[in-house]
Amino acid sequence: MAESQYSFSLTTFSPSGKLVQIEYALNAVAAGATSLGISAADGVVIATEKKLPSALVDETTVQKIMTITPSIGVVYSGMGPDFRVLVRRARKTAQTYYQSYKEHIPVAQLVRETAAVMQEFTQTGGVRPFGVSLMMAGYDDNGPQLYQIDPSGSYFAWKASAIGKNMTNAKAFLEKRYSDEVGIEDAVHTALLTLKEGFEGQLSGANIEVGVVGPNRSFKVLTEAEVNDYLQEVE
Amino acid sequence: MSIFSYNGAAVVAMAGKECVAIGSDLRFGVQTQTITCDTPKVFRIHDKLYLGLSGLLTDAQTLHEKLMFRHNLYKLREERDMKPSTFGHMLSNALYERRFGPYFAAPVVAGLEPDGTPFLCGMDTIGAMEKAKDFMITGTSPESLYGMCESMWRPDMEPDELFETVAQCLMSGFDRDALAGWGAVIHVITKDKVISRTLKTRMD
Repeated sequence: MAESQYSFSLTTFSPSGKLVQIEYALNAVAAGATSLGISAADGVVIATEKKLPSALVDETTVQKIMTITPSIGVVYSGMGPDFRVLVRRARKTAQTYYQSYKEHIPVAQLVRETAAVMQEFTQTGGVRPFGVSLMMAGYDDNGPQLYQIDPSGSYFAWKASAIGKNMTNAKAFLEKRYSDEVGIEDAVHTALLTLKEGFEGQLSGANIEVGVVGPNRSFKVLTEAEVNDYLQEVE
Repeated sequence: MSIFSYNGAAVVAMAGKECVAIGSDLRFGVQTQTITCDTPKVFRIHDKLYLGLSGLLTDAQTLHEKLMFRHNLYKLREERDMKPSTFGHMLSNALYERRFGPYFAAPVVAGLEPDGTPFLCGMDTIGAMEKAKDFMITGTSPESLYGMCESMWRPDMEPDELFETVAQCLMSGFDRDALAGWGAVIHVITKDKVISRTLKTRMD
């Protein structure tokens, strides 16, 4: 179809007004493992499936949820290597801010800067868009916040959302379950139940990853043991 | 002749009980020649944050403009005013960026943090920051200013007392300085208002 004639050059619009490379980047995201986030009244939780290609992989070395600042963490769906590059950039942005102002960067500012990087890669020659969507979770003076950033560079703040393979079902599940007064503990349970919906096999601390930030403003990736404890509460 | 005493200035800032005051002289001169007596060395960044700059006047003015630029962008992005402590660190960083071709200006930052506590800090020309709980001065007669402040400052002064103290320290401090004086302006910053007063002094 005529669209494919415009799909090789990122920086050329198709007749329908789309940048086809971004559409394809979103396809790469939709093929990735499911990730989700829930913003509660007193904190944010993000979680992801940690599906490894083989049982021989040493899962203790695989980390999908990364900390950007002590108060901000991020998870992704899509291409792992692209994620690592963005994490590096985001960490540098956060540190540059801290060096200037001796204040930790507010979540919205970090999201804006990271989204700007992703947008750059949709308008520069010789590069391709990032094949990841990010879920950034943090706690700052404006309270708990959850943002999604897409390969195009557009970002949205969510109360709860999911990205990746099972996102439509996960989002429908979250829509039914979400309430504004939910506390962080309940949010973790809801996150685990949502992951369970689309998961093939048995959930355990070894095949999912969960990150939480509460009023103490300290983002933590839960240990395998902690995740297993929460899973037991949910069973 | 030192580049720092080309124009001449005197700036004093003091902390009181939930208030700060900052004042400067009004002389603008080129070495021995006085040009005008209406050039304050204290600039408003926002209602709870004032910046005093001594040294070469052209650098003081340019630094002020650059900082306003940065603060305006900060306000647009973050939708809030900069805290005085944040501003101090940003200023220190900005000065050090010019480590090997510095701005010949020595700043004093005075303001109230969002929770009402006074914030005072001073820096040298390349950004070495020092915070103080009592007073901060800068200018062409630092010994006189330090001497006056050290003997007259007391903790927990109310806004009116604070004004009188800063006024006396400034005026007595720059009276013996040929390059500073010719009037003074003092701003007293409290939780809900800023009172600015201009003083007539010995015009020499």
